[in-house]
Amino acid sequence: MKLSSGTIRLIIPAASLVLLLAAVFYMQPRAMSYTGLNLLFNLAVPIALATIAQMLIMSVNDLDLSMGTFVSFCACVSATFLQSSPALGILIFLGAIATYALIGVVIYVRDLPSIVVTLGMSFVWGGIAVLILPSPGGTAPTWARWLMTAKPPLVPMAIVASILIAAVTHYIVMRSSFGVLMRGVGGNDRSVERAGWSVLGLRAATYALAGFFAVLAGIALVGLTTSADANIALRYTLLSIAGVILGGGQFVGGKVSPIGAVIGALTLTLAGSFLSFMRISPDWQIGAQGAILIVVLALRLALNRLEKREKSQ
Amino acid sequence: MTKTLKREEVVAARGVRVTFGAVKALDGADLVIHAGECIGLVGHNGAGKSTIVNVINGGLTPHDGSLTYSGREIHGISAARANGVRCVFQELSLCPNLTVGENARIMHAELKGWTWRNRALSLVETQLKDIFPGHSIDCDSTVDDLSIAERQMVEIAISFAGIDKRPKLVILDEPTSSLDAGLAAQLMAYIRKFVGEGGSVLLISHILGEILSTSDRIVVMKDGRVVADRAASEFSTRSLVEAMGNVVREQEFSRSVAARAGDAVLSMPPRRGHGLAFQAWRGEMIGLAGLGGHGQTEALLDLYLDRNSNWWPKRQREIAFVAGDRGLNGTFPLWSILKNLSIASLGQLATNRMVDRAREETLGAGWKQRIEIRTPNMENRILSLSGGNQQKVLFARALATTASTVLMDDPMRGVDIGTKQEVYEILRSEAANGRTFIWYSTEMDEIRLCDRVYVFRDGAIAAELVGEEITEKNVLAASFHEGDAA
Repeated sequence: MKLSSGTIRLIIPAASLVLLLAAVFYMQPRAMSYTGLNLLFNLAVPIALATIAQMLIMSVNDLDLSMGTFVSFCACVSATFLQSSPALGILIFLGAIATYALIGVVIYVRDLPSIVVTLGMSFVWGGIAVLILPSPGGTAPTWARWLMTAKPPLVPMAIVASILIAAVTHYIVMRSSFGVLMRGVGGNDRSVERAGWSVLGLRAATYALAGFFAVLAGIALVGLTTSADANIALRYTLLSIAGVILGGGQFVGGKVSPIGAVIGALTLTLAGSFLSFMRISPDWQIGAQGAILIVVLALRLALNRLEKREKSQ
Repeated sequence: MTKTLKREEVVAARGVRVTFGAVKALDGADLVIHAGECIGLVGHNGAGKSTIVNVINGGLTPHDGSLTYSGREIHGISAARANGVRCVFQELSLCPNLTVGENARIMHAELKGWTWRNRALSLVETQLKDIFPGHSIDCDSTVDDLSIAERQMVEIAISFAGIDKRPKLVILDEPTSSLDAGLAAQLMAYIRKFVGEGGSVLLISHILGEILSTSDRIVVMKDGRVVADRAASEFSTRSLVEAMGNVVREQEFSRSVAARAGDAVLSMPPRRGHGLAFQAWRGEMIGLAGLGGHGQTEALLDLYLDRNSNWWPKRQREIAFVAGDRGLNGTFPLWSILKNLSIASLGQLATNRMVDRAREETLGAGWKQRIEIRTPNMENRILSLSGGNQQKVLFARALATTASTVLMDDPMRGVDIGTKQEVYEILRSEAANGRTFIWYSTEMDEIRLCDRVYVFRDGAIAAELVGEEITEKNVLAASFHEGDAA
């Protein structure tokens, strides 16, 4: 059977995750257990959700620089309103998702660069988060806490959740009609428009869906940490972009892979633990994490070139 | 021809006018398409073929005139689609990141429900088999992985396919541009079959053999109007070429007899392994002619990169480039006129690597006078100038350098006739001073100014015309295939 180019693009991220995992197990055999795996991948769940949200935005050739502050804002709402008065909390989340759809509309109608608009919005979300929770605190809703600390038999929750996220988003993005149209907008929006679809509506829906997954990321994060802080998820902006790229996605052209994005998020989380196991001092960890990123991306570029050369022959 | 009159009108555009700024793209064009006929549409660059196609498929609303689908006057892309109008565009318009089946889903909104994937696949596969029997396209692969010809086949198949109802009119804009002769013949045979079953086709092609053998009726456009509309049997290749061009025109310029001294300043082997080689001598004005998008711009870029590395440009450049698309790669919109002019010659204007303001201003003042840039102050923003004057600044940018060769990529698009005449004068005098100009133009008047013309077709040089041979008729005859494709 001939492998499709999409499958080939998934090989590198999957292989680098396996390699990294093997290295971690080699250095710390005790990690090879139910608790060990759960600890390693616990924090990957909210990152995976945020990465999926970023991937949706990137599938229509945009970039969301407010992802980190938006997830922080959602975490603050989860730890306060969603816990004390769930109805109001849900209403706030619906408003936030509607705002995301509106941002998508404004970016398309006014032909603005998404980077500028979302960078501006990041200050808005950050500001509201500080207003809601001026100092770290709040409590996680009990159901969120229960969900994130549940102990399913055989496989730890972090793994189950990751697989579930990958499966659901794979269905939405890669299999459903909506996903096809969304990626069509990324690939060639003129042809989608000529076929009689509303590009405006599609982009608004994509942004709303991204907002929804970012809200889930916020709730999942609070479920893990039990309390929130206005700056809790600032690094998610870059982590989510890196996750999408690591997982075989591309900045333009509507080429995205949800399974790859989840693998990318897992790889990024694991890279942090791997460096700790290597006893690399925290001063060097960020640099070393960057080095891992560069190596994986270089591998991918090399593979792309190989693919292109084969095609031209 | 009484039979034609009784047929149902699928689309009728009457007296359609479309203007883009000062340019009249359509100047009262009439095009009526009946059910069960194939119409061939031919015309040279800028004749208005693409514009009328865009009017019919709903992408452009005419500024004047009527447009009716099956007798009802409605506008817009969805209205056109609802009336069974489909269009295969010249530039491929599939989503490259999606599979063939997914592209069919985008083009056909009727593919709903849970099993759309299987239905989309079978739809495209049957249609592909119908049009191109014996093809070997895997409909599960993404469009990216297909060759150009395969993409074009897929796009054609998707457009001809119908789920609930078949399309009434399929517009094919240069459908065979990347198909080989065998596939093109299959397509032409299918068009006849489709037309025989009551559908209509509007066929645009530069291969006159296809047009003559496949169409029932041929419409010739020129300068935004329909100049001939007769049954295909009344045309021959010769009469078609004549209908596209002007019969008599005065020759305004007497060409300088090219005295070829020494070696060629620029040369290029035959492109794509066939056709003629390119050569240019000092002081020559060479035209690159042919239909738009047949490899002229690529040839200019290759000539440029041949002398100037893409990675590390030389400081003393011997070759300058005048871009065609001002907005895209010509002007710096936020800069002043002077800065836009001097950017290419900053090396000469600098002392100790600092720009000498006084020399820059002298240069600006000199060129302002020489080519009459109509502005009170060279410090004004470039966008304060009219399009024609902006183009003059871009010419001055190239001419102010020490480059001995100037490449021009259809730079006169959308420039008024007065400015054009002024620029022609400047080019003439610069050529007399020993500069070489290589000029890609889509306008016949400009091509006729050149000393020597290379006519491009399908990415290669199809003909070389010298001196008195440069006539509209000869250029047209070389740009269109005479050969039989079907």
